[in-house]
Amino acid sequence: MRLELKEITKRFPGVLANDRISISVDRGEVLGLLGENGAGKTTLMNILSGIYRPDSGEILIGGTVRNFHDPHQAIDAGIGMVHQHFQLVPVFDVVESVALGAETVTGWLGTFGRAAARRRVVELSEQHGLDVDPDAKIEDLPVGVRQRVEILKALYRKSDILVLDEPSAVLTPAETLDLFKIIRGLTAGGTSVIFITHKLGEVLEVADRITVLRRGTVAGTVKPADTSREELATLMVGRDVELLVSKGAAKPAGVVLSVKDVLVMDDRLQMAVKGVSLEVRAGEIVAVAGVHGNGQTELVEAIVGLRTIDSGEIVIAGENVVHASPRRVADLGVAHIPEDRMRDGLIAGMTVEENYILDSYHRAPHSSHGWLHAREVAAAAEQGVRDFHIQTPSIGTIASSLSGGNQQKVVVAREFSRPVKLVVAAQPTRGLDVGSIEYIHTRLVEQRDAGAAILIVSTELDEVLAVADRIAVMFDGRIAGILEGASATREAVGILMGGGV
Amino acid sequence: MTIWRRTILPALMPLLAVFTAFVVGSAFLFITDIENLKHFPGDPLGTILAGLANIGKAYSAMVIGAFGVPAKVAAAMSSSDPKVIAGAIRPITETLVASSPLIFTGLAVAISFRTGVFNIGVEGQFILGAMGATVAVLVFRDVPKPLLLILAMVIGTLSGALWGFIPGFLKARTGAHEVITTIMLNYVAAQLVLFGLRSEFLKPVGSTLPISKVLSTIVRVPLIFALPAIRLHYGFVMALVMAVLVSWFIFRSTKGFELRAAGFNLMAARYAGINAGGSIMLAMALSGGLAGLGGTLEVLGTVGQMSNDLSSGFGFNAIALALLAGNRPGGVVAAALLFGALRTGGGLMQVKTGIPLDLLFFVQALVIMFVAAPALIRSIYRMKVQNADGVAAQ
Repeated sequence: MRLELKEITKRFPGVLANDRISISVDRGEVLGLLGENGAGKTTLMNILSGIYRPDSGEILIGGTVRNFHDPHQAIDAGIGMVHQHFQLVPVFDVVESVALGAETVTGWLGTFGRAAARRRVVELSEQHGLDVDPDAKIEDLPVGVRQRVEILKALYRKSDILVLDEPSAVLTPAETLDLFKIIRGLTAGGTSVIFITHKLGEVLEVADRITVLRRGTVAGTVKPADTSREELATLMVGRDVELLVSKGAAKPAGVVLSVKDVLVMDDRLQMAVKGVSLEVRAGEIVAVAGVHGNGQTELVEAIVGLRTIDSGEIVIAGENVVHASPRRVADLGVAHIPEDRMRDGLIAGMTVEENYILDSYHRAPHSSHGWLHAREVAAAAEQGVRDFHIQTPSIGTIASSLSGGNQQKVVVAREFSRPVKLVVAAQPTRGLDVGSIEYIHTRLVEQRDAGAAILIVSTELDEVLAVADRIAVMFDGRIAGILEGASATREAVGILMGGGV
Repeated sequence: MTIWRRTILPALMPLLAVFTAFVVGSAFLFITDIENLKHFPGDPLGTILAGLANIGKAYSAMVIGAFGVPAKVAAAMSSSDPKVIAGAIRPITETLVASSPLIFTGLAVAISFRTGVFNIGVEGQFILGAMGATVAVLVFRDVPKPLLLILAMVIGTLSGALWGFIPGFLKARTGAHEVITTIMLNYVAAQLVLFGLRSEFLKPVGSTLPISKVLSTIVRVPLIFALPAIRLHYGFVMALVMAVLVSWFIFRSTKGFELRAAGFNLMAARYAGINAGGSIMLAMALSGGLAGLGGTLEVLGTVGQMSNDLSSGFGFNAIALALLAGNRPGGVVAAALLFGALRTGGGLMQVKTGIPLDLLFFVQALVIMFVAAPALIRSIYRMKVQNADGVAAQ
């Protein structure tokens, strides 16, 4: 079915979230909807799915104007949403999850017609190549399969317009490729797909047309064949963006971080790091690449003092840190940008200012004799906000109300606010928009050129290839290979990531 | 603007909750006033007016009971008769007396909630603090009085702190959930007090009741006014001082910063090099210490004798109170004054109008309910959701 959104405007107090946005998607077409965080993608989709009502503008499906007062009407009109955060009940099985809310019931007791529902689930699953076990429990399924259950849910409700919101955010590269295959299968069957993302590579690969949103307006609509990553990034951000990090050749000096034959167990007491040796020298960026869950998290936690190692040796700036506390490690000049900033990097309920001093509150000039110095703390935080262009109403703003990019900048600003010898950055740009990614990468290269040793852990191939001087690929708790950054290719890294030789 | 944002805005929701609770309380009064409602079929308007008058009478009796008669207070200003003055200020001083233990227990709960541990054991820490002080007074009865008072306060505080530290230690070392352990330790504390009060050393000669020897003849917290029948003692002043100290500690000290950081997000606190286990133990000990000091001042100031019913649920009311106060020390003082006034004013209301004291517990419960359900209050008053910056959220 052809879907058209015409001149949609939605205003929130103080924000014009959607300003006369028009998009359309034809039957069997994939429309890539590209935009940074805050560009208005989510608001637009909430209007399409009946959660918000537009201030003006209209929604046309198959040429007729539709007004949605609630999500049910949107579903009835054939619009299926697959949210970034899945809306599934962990203890339900696939059939129950899919049928929930659209189940057919029989008898005065309202018995769930499971057999019929199961038949349809199996049928849809086979027809679209989704390959989902109808009787598996949701909580036992990997993330990629859960996403397919969400797609099944939409299909079960006879959706012919499917909206996928940042679908690849939780997927491995291989799962993403599978998803693309499924999308192509769906469009071949006549389903229209709106694919929301901020990843340039994906949208170029999967979309038939791309509409770029910027600050609540349409910045342009292009065909993948006629455009490039650079052009898309420029449309998204509104200025020229350096996609490739500009950096000179590394000038490696002495070894700052030395990891030798390290074994580390994870929380389930399984061996996660199975004998890793790695050296990072001052003035170079080493990237640890790999699919998530191959021991990188545990390795990083061991280095920064959060996890005890079972054997081996970790030396930072000449000091053995195997039994050092996180604070001792930080005091050696280690900046740590944790993988999950909301869990480990920031205290969401505290202010920007308080987060800024989170690991230096106990030191002069921020405090003395156990008392905080409000004026010095405020001055330092103001400085950090200025230096790192953190967009926040004030330093007294609660961290959780900042955008993801600005939250990450708070973390980076804090970690770089003291003299740094070693930077350990885990997924430093996860979930960030192009502008923020560029900014963080530039800062990392700056630190390198100032003589720091940089260890980046990333699952994003683009990031690894863009910034690394050397690439260590981790697979199944071991280093599968080390490549020179300048000469490494996507294919070479990809093969090592999959454990191949 | 700053005062508006710092003081008025955070207080707006609790104030509206209190107001709404009284409105709902009025409706309840009206529909339970059977005598009046009997006339409704014949004279609806008259019944409604009479009902409103009764509600007015009840609430005004309560206000007078809690704060005194304005005319009397004015007269007392120019009088030099201690009896006249005492009669005028007695209601308000009784409100302050009733508030004092609630300020301590409220601060104890607030400091623990601020730091992410849920100390439900304030009740037990309160009575054990009082018990510790009682034992101290009887053991060291020959020590000079000012010194004895200080000694008793120190021992009382430490008793409460120890009772708070135990669940803190268990949580930090073994992960035992503090809600369970503190609730259970409340029972242990109550039984310990009962057991202690049976001993020959503590109980009055020949007594079979669970009470201690009279302590007020040995030592007592000095009274603020030397007037007949005025019980207000310096424990109230100490409560206010503690509120200020707690506020400073939480918001201005590095330890307080650590406790808050650990309370909000244990993982991030660990990443920042904060000793999480230490924070939990410290928070629980401080919380228990505050409760213990409150118990000490209650037994040595207000009551003058230890008994197993020294606390009329101060530790449990404190949980509701801290919630109402948004865990702010200033809010705790305000909420404790409100609860104290309800308690004191309710007595007069009961005497004058025959409405049982329970109505005020009903109102108190409604206050808590409305505070706990901010969305309800927002929808009643059609308020927009405000985020931290005072900007309406999307």
